[in-house]
Amino acid sequence: MIYLELFIGFLTVGLFSFGGAYAAIPLIRDVVISYGWIEEDTLTDMIAISESTPGPIMVNLATYVGSSKGGLLGGIVATFAVVLPAFIIILLIMAMMKRLHGNKYVQAILRGLKPCIIGIILATGCMMIIKNSKDYRTALIACILAIVYFVPRKIFSKKLSPILLIMISAALGVITYGV
Amino acid sequence: MISIIINICVVKKKWITHDEIMNVAVIAESTPGPIAINCATYVGYKKKGIMGAIVATLGVVLPSFIIIYLISIFLNNFLEIKWVVNAFKGIRVAVGLLILDAGFNMIEKMKKEPFQVAVVCSSFIVMVLINIFAWNFSSILLMFIAAIVSVLIIMVQEAQSGKGGAFK
Repeated sequence: MIYLELFIGFLTVGLFSFGGAYAAIPLIRDVVISYGWIEEDTLTDMIAISESTPGPIMVNLATYVGSSKGGLLGGIVATFAVVLPAFIIILLIMAMMKRLHGNKYVQAILRGLKPCIIGIILATGCMMIIKNSKDYRTALIACILAIVYFVPRKIFSKKLSPILLIMISAALGVITYGV
Repeated sequence: MISIIINICVVKKKWITHDEIMNVAVIAESTPGPIAINCATYVGYKKKGIMGAIVATLGVVLPSFIIIYLISIFLNNFLEIKWVVNAFKGIRVAVGLLILDAGFNMIEKMKKEPFQVAVVCSSFIVMVLINIFAWNFSSILLMFIAAIVSVLIIMVQEAQSGKGGAFK
């Protein structure tokens, strides 16, 4: 049953996405691919759209995957599931007066989790770049984008906004592949 | 996101103090889920208990839910237009770059002790291998292993310092 699958899938995403939006992306990719809900390319497109629309990325992705698999109800189920763990955990922490949060074993768990997630995120980013720059034109786009994105930051310590980067990449895609 | 939250909750509505919201941000860093949800739940609970928490969380989710739902209805037609397809060929590369950058930013904020650095490197390598060989190994399992190893190290360190006498 698709609603139950969506609920369980996005509940795990919500439960393990330590470190915010980008930590959720590898997990969502895992879940979506293992259930075969949508194509990996479609998911990547959707990440770009989520980055360019308001709201937390993982809520946006849950809504999108849920509603494309199970209509409006699917969207509601997936969104509810992805939000639920964050909601409950904050309530628990408030109720327990942060004692749980200060516990040394909780801290030890977090000490292991956070760097592990960073490694997972870095690997996901690399794999996505490599996967999507297979021909020379996208490889060229990748180089241009990397320069445009990282060089100004090193020199002027000014950051290009993600939305601006997405717009530049869209323009480069249209220029190299035609209208 | 956090600046909008501060502007509304602290400056305009005076629901909570600036110190408190910073505290929530710190907690949000080490709990799963989007920071906006964490803040909404916290502020809602503080002002009006469970009902307040539910209403505030619902409120923060609703706009993105509606926007994305509308987009999902039209996206498939939109993705059949040829220049849009080409634009997305470029965009997919940019998404990879943004994810990579998010990882770099997290490294900057991370404590760079040998343990953390080792975990970053090994989880990176394992993830790349999983992708190359299409192993059936979830990233959640990888996170479990990292957490268990970290707890074991802490326990071993404590046992050793216990033997070594009064050493804190």
